[in-house]
Amino acid sequence: MIDQRTVASESGTAQPLLSVRDLKVTFPSEAGRVDAVRGVSFDLHRGRTLGIVGESGSGKSVTSMALMGLLPDYASVSGHATLGEDNLLELDDKQLSKVRGRQMGMIFQDPLSSLTPIFSIGSQIVEALQIHQNLSSAAAWKRAVELLDLVGIPNPDRRAKGFPHEFSGGMRQRAVIAMAIANDPDLIIADEPTTALDVTVQAQILDVLKTAQRETGAAVIMITHDLGVVAGSADDVVVMYAGRSVERAPVDQLFAAPRMPYTIGLMGAIPRLDSSGRDALVPVPGTPPLLVDLADACPFADRCPVVEDACREAEPPLSPVGGAEAETTAAAHLTACRRSAEISDGAIDGATVYPVPERRVTENALSSGEERRTVLELSGVTKTFPLTKGGLLKRRVGTVFAVNGIDLTIHEGETLGLVGESGCGKTTTLLEIMGLRPPEQGRIAIRGRDVAELRRKQDISEVRRDIQMVFQDPMGSLDPRMTVFDILAEPLRAVGERDKKKIAAQVAELMDLVGLDPEHHERFPAAFSGGQRQRIGIARALATRPKLLILDEPVSALDVSVQAGVINLLNDLKAELGLSYLFVAHDLSVVRHISDRVAVMYLGRIVETGSTDAVFNKPRHPYTRALLSAIPLPDPVAERTRERILLKGDLPSPTDDRPGCGFITRCPLHLTLSDPQKEQCRGVTPRLTERGRQDHRDACHFADTFTTADS
Amino acid sequence: MAINTPSHGPETDSPLPPDTEGAHTGETGRRKRLSPAKLYLRRFTRNRPALAGLVLFFLLVLFSIVGPFLTHWNYQEADFTSLSVAPGVDGHLFGTNGAGNDTYAQLVHGLSRSIIIAVSVSLLTTTIAALFGTTAAYFGGKVERAMLGFVHFLLILPSFLIIALVGTHYRGQWQVLVVVLTVFGWMLTSRVIWSLATSLREREYVMAARFMGVSPLRTILRHLVPNIGSLLIVTFTLGVASTVQAETALSFIGFGVKQPDVSLGTMLADGQHTLSTAPWLFYLPAVMVVLLTVAMALIGDGLRDALDPTSQSGGRA
Repeated sequence: MIDQRTVASESGTAQPLLSVRDLKVTFPSEAGRVDAVRGVSFDLHRGRTLGIVGESGSGKSVTSMALMGLLPDYASVSGHATLGEDNLLELDDKQLSKVRGRQMGMIFQDPLSSLTPIFSIGSQIVEALQIHQNLSSAAAWKRAVELLDLVGIPNPDRRAKGFPHEFSGGMRQRAVIAMAIANDPDLIIADEPTTALDVTVQAQILDVLKTAQRETGAAVIMITHDLGVVAGSADDVVVMYAGRSVERAPVDQLFAAPRMPYTIGLMGAIPRLDSSGRDALVPVPGTPPLLVDLADACPFADRCPVVEDACREAEPPLSPVGGAEAETTAAAHLTACRRSAEISDGAIDGATVYPVPERRVTENALSSGEERRTVLELSGVTKTFPLTKGGLLKRRVGTVFAVNGIDLTIHEGETLGLVGESGCGKTTTLLEIMGLRPPEQGRIAIRGRDVAELRRKQDISEVRRDIQMVFQDPMGSLDPRMTVFDILAEPLRAVGERDKKKIAAQVAELMDLVGLDPEHHERFPAAFSGGQRQRIGIARALATRPKLLILDEPVSALDVSVQAGVINLLNDLKAELGLSYLFVAHDLSVVRHISDRVAVMYLGRIVETGSTDAVFNKPRHPYTRALLSAIPLPDPVAERTRERILLKGDLPSPTDDRPGCGFITRCPLHLTLSDPQKEQCRGVTPRLTERGRQDHRDACHFADTFTTADS
Repeated sequence: MAINTPSHGPETDSPLPPDTEGAHTGETGRRKRLSPAKLYLRRFTRNRPALAGLVLFFLLVLFSIVGPFLTHWNYQEADFTSLSVAPGVDGHLFGTNGAGNDTYAQLVHGLSRSIIIAVSVSLLTTTIAALFGTTAAYFGGKVERAMLGFVHFLLILPSFLIIALVGTHYRGQWQVLVVVLTVFGWMLTSRVIWSLATSLREREYVMAARFMGVSPLRTILRHLVPNIGSLLIVTFTLGVASTVQAETALSFIGFGVKQPDVSLGTMLADGQHTLSTAPWLFYLPAVMVVLLTVAMALIGDGLRDALDPTSQSGGRA
């Protein structure tokens, strides 16, 4: 990183590699012309990384698509984008094809759909090479293998013959990066390159991207919604809002002293992994404006807490903070805000820009969990799927242990966070609980009632009332053809409520409870924004007055500014209604903010569990430690200094139930052990054991050595 | 999207064009809950071609009902004094056919017969297919396999032969024709619907309904069937057109509607023999068939847009 910086500052005065001026993109729509990008300008120098952050709909992806010439024909694009000598926006598709891949490399979000499933990985890289370079097939293949080696794919000569479906998500994204850098491009555009990946894999991919950049000396445009990713990988940051860049600054300056209220709001809305505070998060109120016929006013004015009348009179241009003398320095800090000079350290006139919202109810002090009533109890629950082979006569060739004997207990008024990578069995666990059927092995009890004893329909529906679920995707979990009223009335009707007046009253009450206007009950879900839809989902789950809510990644599909509001709502509801939550998420910062206790899951087993502070401050299992260190912090200084434990490889598939620790294949601790100790890891399945501190258990034979050696 | 936030008042919808009012903006909020049916009606009526189609269909139905009273000829009665006369001659508005039957009277009767057969067969097949397909998909497992097996069994039966045999046995009674066309007409649609519904059953709102304890029948009717609504509408519309064709084909080879009953199909079959000498005998029923299918297509299009929550016909909230 350091030598890159020196190179970059030298080239600061030289000709920029990419120079974008006044880029505008407009789409037609039924409602009128949508101005998706409204005058974006920036310069990018060789070897530098520009991070573009913004919420969905802010125009960040459209900007990159416009640069690559990948927008549909009906979009109108204007402005200048000079790469080398060409104005990219004036080239036709044929000319652009020469530039794309040769001078520009692209990495998209979904590695599965950016690779053709019917060709081998190697031949796809060879294709990319031979289009732009005059290489013999043998030489191109050799180069492809080299590239795969560079991006960290083990056994590259063998894996090059593999097909995309044989690669895991992280491996596919590595292959895509290999293709992007195949022709030594000057510019790499990465559009949300790690959004579809798990955190431990995300850390690997960001690392690979840095390697790729170092090898090619290319400039990188990194488009992401994750401020943590930007903090760790970018040199300069552009914050986009409503199709314009509203703040632009070097990364340290931006994170240390944001000047635009929107940026301040974004940063304040993120729950921090490195703080144990349980204060309410600060959401940015409102939603971004429709980009149709925008008035000449600051587009953020309606959501801005420090708005003045003058803000609504003219849209402020992107200009340097602190007047002309700052303009001359290369590291200029630009904002599109009239009042940015007054703002410093997140405060204006001595008062914070975003006042911390009051919690509706102060949390009742947590008494020790054991005294409370148990709401949910799982003991030794196992769920397996048969692995079959053959077309007509399927024979069983193995067993997938999706959930392998887990124990969980949730007490009244408690939130248990269940974390782990995708494929570790979190969702299967939830479905096992929600199915209300006796598990294959073990026992599930809800409020003291064993589900195996539920015979009569009446009993089942009684238990159903007590336990409800909130889903991840706020769009997919609401029937698009039902109005909000019908959606909320459905669970009421399902539990036998027939009185129309009562239903109407309860629906209004529910909408009020989750912060929606009850007058909007006749709208369809499509008319609501993501955060509001998730509120509808929560209201639906609350309709039967449950005691336990199962939350399956309830905020992962939401933008950060909205996410904070939903998290606050969940916290308020919990205190107000005395709910218990089983909170499943892969975002550990959110889990830390909301949970009382945490359980970390790996390959169908719980590897560590304990109170949130204990697990986050003193993680014991090597997997937990790796997971925590893989999460990017929205703080460039901390990002650069902290030590990362990079896990190798991906989650193996849990196809057998041999004894031994499931984490061996990726465990950094395992490599440092002596041979007899390794033998123990391989031969004996570690059980959850308590060590010293109460209510903090881990499943690692050598967690002690690890902690002592480290601290 | 700013309009959706509860904090914003109803006044904030100014940037939208006036035709996007819809049922969702604040000003309607104070009203009683708008039933979905009313909402769909409102969205449907915004679509002008669909309205034209509806009017056309209505006129065709009206014509088939009122038409018989506007002439003193009966469709079965033969005027032996004027065989195969051109339109307008001897008081025959649309002329007569070779047997002396009044073409106008036949046309009116044939139209009503065809409408009844086509609409009822299409409605029945679509309904059966929708319920069967979604039910199989919802339950999955053994139920699904058994139901699909039944569909596959019906698909391999030589249905055309059976329809022809049954049709002959009952001497071309149209009610029997409706039954056999329905019984052998729903399987393919049902299979398509099943495959769509299998992806629907994995949707979270279906899972949510299951977890809330909503009964299977209710889940199928409220969640699965409406969400394949646009497919059903298209199927229904095309079904009307294809049933007219099937009925025509059967009548043409003598297995469908039989003398003395008349349908557009039998008229077309008769008319095509005399295309050069008495063109009105072919073109008049042909025009009716075209009008009928065009009307159905326009209605189907409008309905699909009105029922589709993602379409623009509702405007934006």
